[in-house]
Amino acid sequence: MRGGPGGEGGGLKSTRFRKEREGVWRELERLVERAEKSGVRSLPAELVARLPLLYRATLSSLSVARAISLDRNLVDYLESLCARAYFCVYGTTRPLGHAVSGFFGSRFPAAVRRYRWHMAMALLFLLLGTLVGHVLVARDPDWYYVFVGEEMAGGRDPAATTEFLREGLFDGGDRSTARLGAFASFLFTHNARIGMLAFALGFVAGIPVYLLLFSTGLMLGAFGALYASRGLGVELWGWLLPHGVTELLAVVLCGGAGLMLAQALVFPGRHTRLRNLAIKGREAGVIVLGAVAMLLVAGLIEGFFRQLVQDQVVRYLVATTSFVLWGFYFARVGREAQR
Amino acid sequence: MTAAEGRGLERRIVTPEGIPLRIELARAGDRAGGFLLDLLIQFVLIGALVLLTWASTGWEDGWGLAFVFLAIFLVRSFYFIWFEIRWQGRTPGKRVVGTRVMDAAGGPLRSEAVVVRNLMREVEVWLPVTFLFAPHIVWPDAPGWARLLFSLWAFVFLLMPIFNRSRLRVGDMVAGTMVVVAPRAVLLPDLGATVSEATYEFTAEQLSVYGIYELQVLEDLLRRTDPGRGDAFAAVEKQIRRKIRFEGEVKTERFLRDFYQALRAHLERRMLLGKRKKDKHSH
Repeated sequence: MRGGPGGEGGGLKSTRFRKEREGVWRELERLVERAEKSGVRSLPAELVARLPLLYRATLSSLSVARAISLDRNLVDYLESLCARAYFCVYGTTRPLGHAVSGFFGSRFPAAVRRYRWHMAMALLFLLLGTLVGHVLVARDPDWYYVFVGEEMAGGRDPAATTEFLREGLFDGGDRSTARLGAFASFLFTHNARIGMLAFALGFVAGIPVYLLLFSTGLMLGAFGALYASRGLGVELWGWLLPHGVTELLAVVLCGGAGLMLAQALVFPGRHTRLRNLAIKGREAGVIVLGAVAMLLVAGLIEGFFRQLVQDQVVRYLVATTSFVLWGFYFARVGREAQR
Repeated sequence: MTAAEGRGLERRIVTPEGIPLRIELARAGDRAGGFLLDLLIQFVLIGALVLLTWASTGWEDGWGLAFVFLAIFLVRSFYFIWFEIRWQGRTPGKRVVGTRVMDAAGGPLRSEAVVVRNLMREVEVWLPVTFLFAPHIVWPDAPGWARLLFSLWAFVFLLMPIFNRSRLRVGDMVAGTMVVVAPRAVLLPDLGATVSEATYEFTAEQLSVYGIYELQVLEDLLRRTDPGRGDAFAAVEKQIRRKIRFEGEVKTERFLRDFYQALRAHLERRMLLGKRKKDKHSH
């Protein structure tokens, strides 16, 4: 038997195969190059429609080449071209506007609903901390110094006069709005970073998350007890809650998201730890992103509203309204889209 | 076996169409380089923003300050997220070093995965770095043992990619992503395409000496373009002729090309019949 390449009429099978299909590959290569340079969305509509077709044709070429061709350069080339096209076809391509409305319209509230027990757990720890802080400080004011750092207190401690404490709740009436803008912006960025941290700490089996939630609760409770002892309880919560409802809810969501990570790590369930972490991590990420947006709202309320509005009734009205709105949002919004 | 396979840096993903693809994981140096580049761009961006604000409003006006706070936050928190969502897993830094983010299982790269992997950086990089250089911000008056424990923990986080085989950092683990080398291979001319009739012919017996591995080594040799290729050609030609007992004088390159084509035709035919001869040691 003679093994010459011309022996079977028309050369190697793999060579003929390449000649037939090369046009498609080259076309895909040019398309992918363009998409890589300036983004898939910059391509005209007919090319975008052509991309998956060419991609699938090239993928099938790759399987054929693997079966019949020993030309390594060819197989390597097809493999790399397929991978590049794969990134274009399966990369994130949704327009940002759609993504945003889809996010707040259904994905975010739906994720919170799905993991309501994690959120409830986080809330429980926050409330537990508040209760413990309140009871302990009410019994013995010295506990206050343990729970509330000096910087945080800013002089608002058991040694302060009632007058001083009252002033703190109704100050800021004379500030200019521009200064308040800076203040709100600072508050938001500060709180958002704390929220993200609460989530990310979940990776360490959740213990820091519990601590963070609990200690936040302790601080709240300590404040409450101190002001209540001076007969300023109602005024304090009127000062805290308008933005606090939103802010604390966001902190609870971040904490709950952290707990999701912790659970995925400690009790992996059916999947391997790593796989489970990846699944839960993404859903938790949805929640954290939503919570950051909530903190932006809270920062605006805290920075402007709290300083500008001194009226007790309005403050409570805003607190109640925001509570009802968030309750409605997380209970109802996006239910239809899910079905 | 490619170089990446040798270092254990190769992964197989299966596309949604069911075709497995080989993907090479990014090297630590490339990743660090890309990260530093991105960091530099962020600094320049923030610096420019601050300067612009300062030049246009000064700090007397509180709105300027508010804007700067917000801008720094946005750049710091969303630089990576924004680019990785818009550019399918690439940032300017990653583009320069030639790496990209992908879904570890081969599915589409979802935006929440991008968000999560970049939020984790807060704990992975910024918390340890802040603690190392300014411990009083993170934990005022930390006792010595706590500082030690924390540093240890921070170190584990920072060096996580070195501790696991897939070079995952914590953010990648939580998001189910990995960072890979952006593939880039060029289609070279087909060595199997005949330009003219073959000068040398080989018997089936002579062609059954070598296997696929040797064929592809020969392919690499024939594709070489460096000045030393002549010597390599001569050495390989001698070696092959001795091994397959090919008598007579030959023109080196012509001989190698003909042998390559004949061997490839032979091995591909056998492959169609389901027989893959891996190398010269197998049957």
